[in-house]
Amino acid sequence: MAKQQIKIGNTVFFKSAPRINSFAAICGSKEKEGIIGEYADVTLEDDMYGESTFEKAECKMLTNAISLAIEKGGYKEQDIDVLLSGDLLNQIISASFAARDYDFPFLGVYSACSTMSESIMLAAMLVNAGYVKRAVAATGSHFASAERQYRYPLEQGTTRPPQSQWTVTGAGGCTVCEGSKGIKITSATMGRVCDYGVTDVNNMGAAMAPAAADTIMQHFKDTGTQPTDYDMILTGDLGALGSRIVKDLTWEKGFDISSRHVDCGEIIYKVIEDEFQGGSGAGCSAVVLNSYVLSKMRAGLYKRILFAATGALLSTVSSGQGESIPCISHAVELEY
Amino acid sequence: MTGKTRDNYNENYLSYVKTQDPPTKHFKNCLSAFGVGGLICCIGQFIRFMLEYAGLSGDELAGCTSIVLIFLGCLLTGLGVYDRIGRHAGAGSIVPITGFANSVASPAIEFKTEGWIYGMAAKMFTVAGAIIVFGVFSGVLVGLVYLFI
Repeated sequence: MAKQQIKIGNTVFFKSAPRINSFAAICGSKEKEGIIGEYADVTLEDDMYGESTFEKAECKMLTNAISLAIEKGGYKEQDIDVLLSGDLLNQIISASFAARDYDFPFLGVYSACSTMSESIMLAAMLVNAGYVKRAVAATGSHFASAERQYRYPLEQGTTRPPQSQWTVTGAGGCTVCEGSKGIKITSATMGRVCDYGVTDVNNMGAAMAPAAADTIMQHFKDTGTQPTDYDMILTGDLGALGSRIVKDLTWEKGFDISSRHVDCGEIIYKVIEDEFQGGSGAGCSAVVLNSYVLSKMRAGLYKRILFAATGALLSTVSSGQGESIPCISHAVELEY
Repeated sequence: MTGKTRDNYNENYLSYVKTQDPPTKHFKNCLSAFGVGGLICCIGQFIRFMLEYAGLSGDELAGCTSIVLIFLGCLLTGLGVYDRIGRHAGAGSIVPITGFANSVASPAIEFKTEGWIYGMAAKMFTVAGAIIVFGVFSGVLVGLVYLFI
């Protein structure tokens, strides 16, 4: 019934169902040890990726993820109409610098760690509206460059609190195309900014959980679905703590997602050293989605997935000035 | 949702988050800080004995001991060992003079990519700057108290 309208509440429905035709993921050596190791296309031996700085390495990972996604779909560079990408660094330099290697137009997106779901959503909107035929959505992050921007120098001997998460080194990208083959993007829910007053920058899971819960429940309401209608409800980087909170928050409102919920950050690492609550960063959801999840979807293991990556929209300035952390989550529904 | 100000934050949520937070292992942290901090001090004392044996004394001896420890702190930072020690030892490796050396050397390494002058040199004291400012300030305060007593 809902599919007749193009927008209900905050959810947009894609009549022509844009497809994810190909996807690619690159991850670092630490991520390789975990579940995604065998599904990622490229794994780095060295976190510098043969470059002189970590920022260049991040840019190179993103470039390679974009190129691989295009190549795996059997496309050439001139087949792509637009690139939607972003990353965590100031002025989204990795994405912009990656885009200068390509001839197609670039739209920069910033939504912190939910950049992957936002860029897929925007790409699907563009394709559904008929403005473009093929778009690429990609994002990435690097532990060392994020650490330098948001926290302390790498070599400094500080302790990490048990709530903290580990920024994922990795990049992922996918092509969103019109056509009839590939994974369907049927609808997307645009997120609202939620701020429950969490000020602890080490506790991102608790800050982002309300945003995830809000968007997921909004999606259920708008589409008239229940958690059990999905094979998997995939959040981005809430970590173990945030996952517990999001389950509680949705359960309170009458949606029991506990049997369907999976968090990319929680599953990405075999927690052995000090990843504590799991992975975080834009690359976290990008790598897990574009390797393990979409591969399994294509293999027929999952039929319907709700992908709701979450992002913390803070900067070092805002947290230094004592502001709380506003967070956002965008959800994309995938079917195969 | 509207009208949310800094005064009516969701107190319920914040107190709920507190109940979910994994606890910090204070006892274990204190123990490893004590062990590592003590070990660094023992190494310092050993260096002092060696230098004394070599014929130094007084201020020279104290200065040289510090210099050797600072050198070791910087060396271990450069080798990428000190941050690993620090992750487990916490205050045990931050408080001794080697921790100060680490807090100067680590930004220097980190920001070298932004150039020698505006990168390495200018940002070398991003962390240690606070230590120096408050160190000097408390030194002045103690000096004034000493002057009037």
